[in-house]
Amino acid sequence: MSTDSQLTTESLTPGARAGFEPFDLDRPWRLHPQVSVRPERFGALLYHFGTRRLSFLKSPALLTVVNSLGDAPSARAACLSAGVTEAELPSYATALGTLAASQMIRPREAS
Amino acid sequence: MTVPALVEQFQYGLDAPICLTWELTYACNLSCVHCLSSSGRRDPRELSTAECRAVIDELERMQVFYVNIGGGEPTVRPDFWELVDYATAHHVGVKFSTNGVKITPARARQLAASDYVDVQISLDGATAEVNDAVRGAGSYATALRAMENLAAAGFRGFKLSVVITRQNAGQLDAFKAIADRFGAQLRLTRLRPSGRGADVWDELHPTAAQQRQLYDWLVKHGEDVLTGDSFFHLAAYGEPLPGLNLCGAGRVVCLIDPVGDVYACPFAIHDSFLAGSVRDPGGFATVWRESELFTDLRRPQTGGACQSCSAYDSCRGGCMAAKFFTGLPLDGPDPECVKGHGVLALAAVADAPAPRPSGDHSHRTRPVPVTISRRPPDSACNESPLAGFSPGG
Amino acid sequence: MSERTATADITEAPAEEAELTDAELLVEEVSIDGMCGVY
Repeated sequence: MSTDSQLTTESLTPGARAGFEPFDLDRPWRLHPQVSVRPERFGALLYHFGTRRLSFLKSPALLTVVNSLGDAPSARAACLSAGVTEAELPSYATALGTLAASQMIRPREAS
Repeated sequence: MTVPALVEQFQYGLDAPICLTWELTYACNLSCVHCLSSSGRRDPRELSTAECRAVIDELERMQVFYVNIGGGEPTVRPDFWELVDYATAHHVGVKFSTNGVKITPARARQLAASDYVDVQISLDGATAEVNDAVRGAGSYATALRAMENLAAAGFRGFKLSVVITRQNAGQLDAFKAIADRFGAQLRLTRLRPSGRGADVWDELHPTAAQQRQLYDWLVKHGEDVLTGDSFFHLAAYGEPLPGLNLCGAGRVVCLIDPVGDVYACPFAIHDSFLAGSVRDPGGFATVWRESELFTDLRRPQTGGACQSCSAYDSCRGGCMAAKFFTGLPLDGPDPECVKGHGVLALAAVADAPAPRPSGDHSHRTRPVPVTISRRPPDSACNESPLAGFSPGG
Repeated sequence: MSERTATADITEAPAEEAELTDAELLVEEVSIDGMCGVY
């Protein structure tokens, strides 16, 4: 299977928070086109056909956020309209940062 | 806000497996001594091409992300390539396990051009001597040729999959070198006493010392080397290896066998782990979601005799199939428990016969493994069995 | 002009991220190969 040469195993290590820039909540984001989203009772499963990584979203609200990223003006807006509170935003920013680091979501061109 | 660990989340089950193993045929050109599915001869009741397409349609509806196609040797089915194309066209990723026999340069080029197909070449020795003793004469050469063809076709990152045995446990660096040479990713997996593996497990499973060395080596190599989460019982040594570190049987994975029977796990082909058939009304989806066996497996496991062990949270009591086929109770230690509890448990059941695998599709005559050695004659001319014998030493 | 995704850059993590424990992580990742029972 051809692989994206930019991907390294180091960038995909779970919990490696020091390995990537802080997630920017105020830009527009979108799901990677090679990602398949499957809702589950606990939240969702995301599978990236390019990287062969599997992400478990452990919150239904996070699934709502991820599904609405493509249409929202910013990740922050997507979170707030999914019912995420200000106090919860840092957790969601970390979660979205993890998804960005593993290419599950990517920045979107502002249209 | 506390989010339960995945292990707790899964107790409610999933609407579909995340991935699964699908053995397409029991036919095989080889007769590996440890074959988990006792393969060799095709079964007359194997799923037809149309039935296979129907299974793929179900997997697509259920949004199964990928299927690991194996066997036997899946590429000996005449409709194999058509089914792989059908699966990928229907959004089901495919990784297939093969001994390499049909991976010609042309096939390798076709595979390299596909984004949704992955290939896993089986090899159980870093040298022909070690490998062929388990997989048969010429199998090492076949595997290497397949890998050369894949590499030449530009297929980066295919898998080289090894079952760790007492004989090859000292060849880990050599396996890594072979994988690196062909641009492949190394995968080391656990030998289970399943299928024909039941007959050779005593002599082939790694020693306790080898297990420890393997664990240390895997920790050192991290995510560079895959394991299929098959060594989660080694988590009791300390830092867990990458993976879910839990038994996926009936919870996140399962097996569809060549005649359409659904088992909890490819290492547990036995009536005790048979959940149903894809040929039942309601097909695979109903078996996955409603079978008694899977519902049972998805109940929180209490750990039984392992409950009080400090390592239980890490090892979760080990591998169900390994316990079952060595005659151990499922609510006790794994036969290879790193704390040594398995050894004691095995001694306690030593006199009772262990369950036998269901079904045997082995070739009727099988090549004798080359490790059976003859004591060489003391001189070129003297074939007498008593040559060199001196009573009383 | 599109920006690179925030992946391979090695930068310092902001201090507040270090306070989240594993139990609060909303995303867990694993390789698709990290599932026992698939061969």
